[in-house]
Amino acid sequence: VDVKEILLRVIVGGIVVSAFAMLGDLLKPKSFAGLFGAAPSVALATLVLTVMKEGKAYASTEARSMILGAFAFVVYGCWVGRLLIRRRTPVLTTTSVAFVVWFVCAFGLWFAWIR
Amino acid sequence: MKIKLDTSGMGQSKWYEYLLRFLFGGAVTAVAGIIAKRFGPEIGGLFLAFPAILPASATLIEKHEKQKKERASQTGVVRGKLAAGVDSMGASMGALGLAVFALIVWQKLPDSRTGMVLAVASLAWFITAVSVWKVREILWRRIRKSSFFASNPGSGASLLRKAPKGRTHE
Repeated sequence: VDVKEILLRVIVGGIVVSAFAMLGDLLKPKSFAGLFGAAPSVALATLVLTVMKEGKAYASTEARSMILGAFAFVVYGCWVGRLLIRRRTPVLTTTSVAFVVWFVCAFGLWFAWIR
Repeated sequence: MKIKLDTSGMGQSKWYEYLLRFLFGGAVTAVAGIIAKRFGPEIGGLFLAFPAILPASATLIEKHEKQKKERASQTGVVRGKLAAGVDSMGASMGALGLAVFALIVWQKLPDSRTGMVLAVASLAWFITAVSVWKVREILWRRIRKSSFFASNPGSGASLLRKAPKGRTHE
């Protein structure tokens, strides 16, 4: 990946993610606003650029794996939510350490379904 | 619970908080592209649903809730964690919509116009996420009415129930 492409991804991804995050800020109640924390912002930015550069078949393959990443996100979100509500663990530590849960689920599903 | 547009939250966020989200979002998009190049689209695709922005969002929510409560001379630590937890639960519901988004793109992108597929998939994300949220609200209301939480006064759920003006369980 060349520097130009990385910069383009940073700018496009940053704009789309920020837009969805700001929309989430404006909405109440919080659980509803939370839906926007899992908006397809990174996916939209990436898929548009990928289709332009690599073609539709490549982007479609990425989307198939994304299904597994999304299910891992469901587990991650529930896990984090449960720890914060029930055990009241530190927010930044919990949300960061729980990435392990996402990795285990995502790659576990990938090994089981795609590989 | 009624869905509302509340612009008062806009003033709470500082410029560097917006910058932080921009950088997180940009970094994840760039890293997803680099991983796809290095390891192929099968691995790279997983990262299109990586929850990278959540720690930043949850931390900001905790901070804002804490500040709100401290201004009202109450401890905001617990409230901040609960709000961040509720937000994460909401994100997990949104992630179910993300799976539907990806399913539509996977199935329809090769034979259809890109713009149309992404628009339909985004709409499907929204409809799925809101439907799951609505179903969960209805179930939650029923559970709250049952005697289970009355017999568990220390649970997080009962704390949410006792919040002033009934706003904490949001």
